[in-house]
Amino acid sequence: MTTETDSAAPPLEPRVDTGTHFMLGDHAVAEAALAADLDFFGGYPITPSTEIAERLAHRLPRVGGKFVQMEDELGSMASIIGASLAGGRAMTATSGPGFSLMMENIGLAAMMEVPVVVVDVMRASPSTGLPTMLGQADVLQARWGSHGDYGIIAYSPASPQECFSLTIMAFNAADRYRVPVFLMMDEAVAHMTERVVIPPASEIVRVERKGPDKPPGEERFLPFKPGEDLVPPMAHAGEGYKVHFTGLTHDERGYPALNVPTHESLVRRLVDKIRLNADKIKMYNEYLVNDAEVMVVSFGSTSRSAFSAVHEARARGIKAGHLRLITIWPFPESRIRRIIKMGNVKKFIVPEINLGQMRREVERVTSLPVIGINSAGGRMITPDEILEVIAK
Amino acid sequence: MMMSAMPDTTVTKTKTTQVRISGFGGQGIVLAGMLLGKAASLYDGKEAVFTQAYGPEARGGASNADVIVSDTPIGYPLLTRPDVVVAMFQEAYARFRPGLREGGTLIIESDLVHPAEDDTAFHGIAASKIAEELGRRIVANVVVLGYLVGLTDVVSRKSVERAIETTVKPGTIDLNFEAFAAGYDRARQELRP
Amino acid sequence: MSAVAAQKEKVVAGHPIDQMLRHDRLPHILCPGCGIGPVVHCYAESILESGRHEDEHVCVSGIGCSGRAAGYINVDSYHTTHGRAIPFALGIAVQNPELVVTVISGDGDLTAIGGNHFIHAARRNVDLNIICINNFNYGMTGGQAAPTTPTGATASTTPYGNTEPAFNLSYLARAVGASFVARWSIFHVRQLKEAILRTMEIRGFTFIEVLSPCPTGFGRANKLSRGLSMMEAFRDRCQVENGAPQIGPLTVDITDTSKPIVLGNFLDEEREPYGPVVMGPVTKRGPAEWAAVRKTRYDDERHA
Repeated sequence: MTTETDSAAPPLEPRVDTGTHFMLGDHAVAEAALAADLDFFGGYPITPSTEIAERLAHRLPRVGGKFVQMEDELGSMASIIGASLAGGRAMTATSGPGFSLMMENIGLAAMMEVPVVVVDVMRASPSTGLPTMLGQADVLQARWGSHGDYGIIAYSPASPQECFSLTIMAFNAADRYRVPVFLMMDEAVAHMTERVVIPPASEIVRVERKGPDKPPGEERFLPFKPGEDLVPPMAHAGEGYKVHFTGLTHDERGYPALNVPTHESLVRRLVDKIRLNADKIKMYNEYLVNDAEVMVVSFGSTSRSAFSAVHEARARGIKAGHLRLITIWPFPESRIRRIIKMGNVKKFIVPEINLGQMRREVERVTSLPVIGINSAGGRMITPDEILEVIAK
Repeated sequence: MMMSAMPDTTVTKTKTTQVRISGFGGQGIVLAGMLLGKAASLYDGKEAVFTQAYGPEARGGASNADVIVSDTPIGYPLLTRPDVVVAMFQEAYARFRPGLREGGTLIIESDLVHPAEDDTAFHGIAASKIAEELGRRIVANVVVLGYLVGLTDVVSRKSVERAIETTVKPGTIDLNFEAFAAGYDRARQELRP
Repeated sequence: MSAVAAQKEKVVAGHPIDQMLRHDRLPHILCPGCGIGPVVHCYAESILESGRHEDEHVCVSGIGCSGRAAGYINVDSYHTTHGRAIPFALGIAVQNPELVVTVISGDGDLTAIGGNHFIHAARRNVDLNIICINNFNYGMTGGQAAPTTPTGATASTTPYGNTEPAFNLSYLARAVGASFVARWSIFHVRQLKEAILRTMEIRGFTFIEVLSPCPTGFGRANKLSRGLSMMEAFRDRCQVENGAPQIGPLTVDITDTSKPIVLGNFLDEEREPYGPVVMGPVTKRGPAEWAAVRKTRYDDERHA
């Protein structure tokens, strides 16, 4: 990974804290953002994401980045879009109430196709809910929260180690697809301390944004003319391309074009650039799936209970399997369809700390029974609760 | 890209120890738990997960630091039935004593906790007093940690010392070593037949 | 020289600010008599005279008629969400402090829905130039009341007369920490351009309130419906008080013909501009760094 600097002097401390650490999930996110060349953080403190902001407030200035505590989450979201359009890698971190406030500008980022990373540490909701306790009830909001149709990517880490690796991926996916990317953590993962291995800087991959093919001035640059992958190239403020970005429906020049055909093709492309690239984006982890008759589908910290439950069920001779969603969006529906086609699965179980949000997604792709194990929030679902349903 | 892959191994019974260290704010509960988890995870080659109580309910009153140490990756990260409970003051004892696994190890700060009359299976240590004798009351948490490790061998002494070296302020490493040794030696003496 | 020849002499190939406009975006959507055009003109002239290359200028706007300004000006320009132009611009300005970032938006956008951002960007003294086109109402959506609508004025959402006091925007800007505060009208284009030019020199949060006619949205309901009505008011009623020490009482009531309208460069006091702490060498991808990245990429492709 390369980092351009204004001078040859080394930074006060390395961006990448290579080594083996015993680290909080929130801190792992912050360290990963630093390793991913984060330039700008604009955020508003909110439990249980505050440790991300605090760590970055301490570390980011020391490696030459910029930390701004904004006046609210509306401003936070707007500021990171601006910073990204000025050429920086930019992120914010929040929790449900702040995530709600960010929604309008998340739609703007989707419409303007601006790469940004938004961390949402989910707490028990709705409204202020249980501020210090976990929830997983923002997952549909991540997909559908802003008005209109658009595509996004959302990762769901199950451990501090994964907080690190998925944050790096989030930055790369944002730049690769020019979309807002969400790291949908839950409070349990955010406030869990575990071993986190941070690789050497040389092993951290940076995916570059697509850019114009020619220097400015040679020919008119079309910032919204997509390539075959449906992703258009991007030029930043000050580069000389004289770009125009708007939240209005726009043509390939970026100019407002308030007509139905332009709108139809633009919005379809915003959705399709994720939908049609889903096979490259989606990630999941499988455990004892091939002969499984009972399939547990989970995400985030609940996956840890699901894993323990499936493990124990196997010890009791029950053919249970586990599909852990690493990307919740795009949802790996084709994989689930393939698992069903294998013919062994008789039922799905979806444990989650909400009242059935991802269960709907599983129900959407199967006619087999889908059983939810749900908590409205504030506590983890235990392995025993899941085991009981597996054994039924 | 590394994923914390859940292991696709055959099902085996593994050794897992659940430890709860409880006390009141300012007693260094979190640091004690952190050192224990770090020692296990980074220096003993084991798996460990550390969690703590958060928010206003964690300030004032009883707070707790929980550590699970295991030979294999840990799924559910919270304690279900602690094998070890440390109570550093009375309210913590009242709150967390009932959760201790039957036959588990109960450790109390003997000057600050008065166990129930019928509760006789405990290990007491006057950690605060010992820490004061060492020069700083603040290291009572590490005295207790030494005592816990001496009694249970949940992690190795060497690993905790490495965790201390890499965690506490450089100027206080020796003091923390002494505090740990005081608790550890005390436990070893008690275990001697 | 014959009359015909003299006439030909006057015919020029283009307008002096042609290069600053996006020709392919014209004609614009603004109504006859609207004041936004002159503001864009003054801004464009200022860019040309600023001594800074046009590629270093960035224009950000919010939502509304004034918010469309960014769409006509030929620099990197961003038309954002309602009320969020300032924090959006903050992200650009902080990420790349070499850029001259100007926010052109309306009174409703900047001080109603965007009021909180306005206050805090001024308090921080973020290096942004705010040009607030005050037309006393929400024009684009058909003349609803804004925080600047005079008491008693009629708007589509105050059909019985506005019972609220109007915001004194310049006073607000001064109170919350702006480094430069001015109020001009679009009748005063020379002064306005000079003020904009001045703000381009200042590092910090600057604020120019530009009083502007909105014959369609505000004028029709308030006896100012002719294209020239409000221009006449600016001509007849405006008084210039540069450096006015007390701008609190200098409220604008465009509908009360008995009151003067006080304009001027009220405040020009540079102070330390906002910048987050950066201790290490700044790691940023500015235009030069991106050019280097792109060059590598083009070279790679050529090798491939």
